[in-house]
Amino acid sequence: MDLVQLQRQLVDYRTSLYHEGFLDEQFTQLQELQDENNPDFVVEVVSLYFEDSERLLNELSKALEQQIIDFKRIDAHVHQLKGSSSSIGAQRVQKLCIVFRNYCEAQNVEGCLKCLQQVKHEYSIVKTKLESMFQLERQILNAGGSVPV
Amino acid sequence: MDSCNCIEPQWPPDDLLMKYQYISDFFIALAYFSIPLELIYFVKKSAVFPYRWVLVQFGAFIVLCGATHLINLWTFTMHSRTVAMVMATAKVFTAAVSCITALMLVHIIPDLLSVKTRELFLKNKAAELDREMGLIRTQEETGRHVRMLTHEIRSTLDRHTILKTTLVELGRTLALEECALWMPTRTGLELQLSYTLRQQNPVGYTVPIHLPVINQVFSSSHAVKISPNCPVASIHPSGKYTPGEVVAVRVPLLHLSNFQINDWPELSTKRYALMVLMLPLDSARHWHVHELELVEVVADQVAVALSHAAILEESMRARDLLMEQNVALDLARREAETAVRARNDFLAVMNHEMRTPMHAIIALSSLLQETELTPEQRLMVETILKSSNLLSTLINDVLDLSRLEDGSLQLDLGTFNLCAVFKEVLNLIKPIASVKKLHVSLNLAPDLPEYAVGDEKRLMQTILNVVGNAVKFSKDGSISITAFVAKAELLRDSQTTEFFPVPGDNHFYLRVQVKDSGIGVSPQDIPKLFTKFAQTQSTAIRNSGGGGLGLAICKRFVNLMEGHIWIESEGLGKGCTAIFMVKLGIPERLNESELAFMPKVPPNHGPTAFPGLKVLVMDENGVSRKVTKGLLVHLGCDVTMVSSSEECLRVVSNEHKVVFMDACAPGMDGYEIAVCIHEKFTKRHERPIIVALTGNTDKVTKENCMRVGMDGVILKPVSLDKMRSVLSDLLEHRVLFEAI
Repeated sequence: MDLVQLQRQLVDYRTSLYHEGFLDEQFTQLQELQDENNPDFVVEVVSLYFEDSERLLNELSKALEQQIIDFKRIDAHVHQLKGSSSSIGAQRVQKLCIVFRNYCEAQNVEGCLKCLQQVKHEYSIVKTKLESMFQLERQILNAGGSVPV
Repeated sequence: MDSCNCIEPQWPPDDLLMKYQYISDFFIALAYFSIPLELIYFVKKSAVFPYRWVLVQFGAFIVLCGATHLINLWTFTMHSRTVAMVMATAKVFTAAVSCITALMLVHIIPDLLSVKTRELFLKNKAAELDREMGLIRTQEETGRHVRMLTHEIRSTLDRHTILKTTLVELGRTLALEECALWMPTRTGLELQLSYTLRQQNPVGYTVPIHLPVINQVFSSSHAVKISPNCPVASIHPSGKYTPGEVVAVRVPLLHLSNFQINDWPELSTKRYALMVLMLPLDSARHWHVHELELVEVVADQVAVALSHAAILEESMRARDLLMEQNVALDLARREAETAVRARNDFLAVMNHEMRTPMHAIIALSSLLQETELTPEQRLMVETILKSSNLLSTLINDVLDLSRLEDGSLQLDLGTFNLCAVFKEVLNLIKPIASVKKLHVSLNLAPDLPEYAVGDEKRLMQTILNVVGNAVKFSKDGSISITAFVAKAELLRDSQTTEFFPVPGDNHFYLRVQVKDSGIGVSPQDIPKLFTKFAQTQSTAIRNSGGGGLGLAICKRFVNLMEGHIWIESEGLGKGCTAIFMVKLGIPERLNESELAFMPKVPPNHGPTAFPGLKVLVMDENGVSRKVTKGLLVHLGCDVTMVSSSEECLRVVSNEHKVVFMDACAPGMDGYEIAVCIHEKFTKRHERPIIVALTGNTDKVTKENCMRVGMDGVILKPVSLDKMRSVLSDLLEHRVLFEAI
């Protein structure tokens, strides 16, 4: 595939992500912050997000398996996840976190478990999407072109 | 020969006369003896005779007379003295008795006679009483009939049953030949035959109401005898028969209005019906008084019963009507509810649908702005961005229509450059106007203040809307926008009768007039212009794209700004002028340095707006920490990052100009840190500005932050522009509390 096509594909893909609500304007803010001084800013932030989120999701799974569930701790973790997601603009994950927090407040175990599944699901989707987007960008860079903003 | 004492009759016994006397005497005696026997026999038979002893006397007298005559039989021949003596004795006795009897009879006979007369008298009386009783009986019977009839009439509320029953019963009671009821027609000029006794379905005979005979009947409350030949009585041909007597009586048709509360109904009703009763043909009967009275009573009863029936009919009709209306209203209400719900659903859907592309437009336009562009391109992008922002605000406002209508929307007051607002409107509208070859001119009065206090965004929106309408509805010509300060005499405008603006020291009224030479508005449509979603005929034809909300929203904004907006037009095709006045505040006297920063900071072209600014960022969350750092680094700041409050307190120094902290993390008390920082740096100029970054949008958080001495609160997520403006505001004013 030639460069122009790749670039167009990337733009379309990005637009679709916005359109479908996977990303919101916060993600564009991140892209704005990327410049010559900080060429890989977005990738770094997103990788940090993936690490952080995976850690948090594991913690959450473990906490919900306990006999006596510590809702405060779960709430703290979900809060963290929410904060991270909103910082990079992962809109759907962030919204699910809000719902998750409500269940925590209500101390509804079933709700929490269900929500956790949903969060994991959404997270994996957004992760896949972001990774494919980054792959496209790498392809463009390898082809010698510049990533359209 | 006188040896015997015999008495010799005078005449010889063989004389014929003597013979006759002899026979008569014999028969007399016979009769005389038989009379008492008969008397006794009959007296014994009758028990009533009061004078028995008179009879005895009389009997004795008769017997003695008989005896006398009997004895006389022996005196025709020679008879002895004894016989003569017996005869004499008998005669004496007879005389005595008869004299006594005669004397008695003198007393008795008048009595007997008077008995007779009394008897005659009594017999007459008895006959009279008989007659009267017969009369009373008939009256009572008719009375019973009337009661029964009344009962029947009053036991039904059906008009037809009432009338039919009346006729039948009257016919039966009075043994009538025919009984008919004539009702007045709708027009009131004729009487129509409505019911008859004998004929089943009377064909509609009509009779004009103003016949003299009818007037005579109507003017009297009694039953009136009328001639059988008059029109109302000739119901069926009488032909060879002599028609019986006919009587007519009026039946008042009472209305509800005739019944006054404490009064009997006045008989000043205009409408009567006529009841005609005919006695049988060929009978010699006459109408008796009691029968007439009966007829009158029945007529009154019928009148009352009919009025009851009429009232009932009316109330039933009214009830049916009400039920229908109820059903219709219910339907209308349900439709209205459906409509409202549909509208709300529509708004909710459009909310989401409209925001999404808006976001894309705004986001991508801002991104575009950051790239390398030629000046024309930059101008275009800026215009796109401004329009989209305006549109975004409009969407928000439209979708908060309920807030607008509740009046809970509040203006965002701020100081702004008035002239700049107008210039921007002009810039926005010029492209479209030039496409339509319309000339737009702007006249700002020289005494218009440069700066004003008010809601800049919404004022611009209002002006843009009004000007936009002017452009929309003009095919050619020119549009002129004039703005000036409304003077006192102009304020008392005939248009604005409810609007009494009072100019004061710290506010003024801005008056804006937008005149166009377009299609104009017809006078009857002017009131509708400001109602939402209502479009006049002309606009609907020309403009299928407009939602009709613009002017309604403008009106609300203008009202919020304590102003008034109206449209003047001389008619279709004559253009129109939109005028509004709003109240704006006069800003306090500002010094030059602050003036320079009053307008919104224009987007910086370079990445470094705050070179070398030392900033401390405290956030527990790694990702958001990195993002915030990225933001600030992009703006040229020197960022130190900490992830806990202890670290923060340890690291913070008076070199740091601003401290950003995440205040919404549970378990981390940003407030405590603020207090500690305040304690650490007592002198104000040494202390860094403390700003909280929070995702909480409630007033409580804001108040808490203010209480612990934070200098500002910002809502996460923060965009680049927002961070830039926040920093500049902070550094100038040292305080920023974003409207939450």
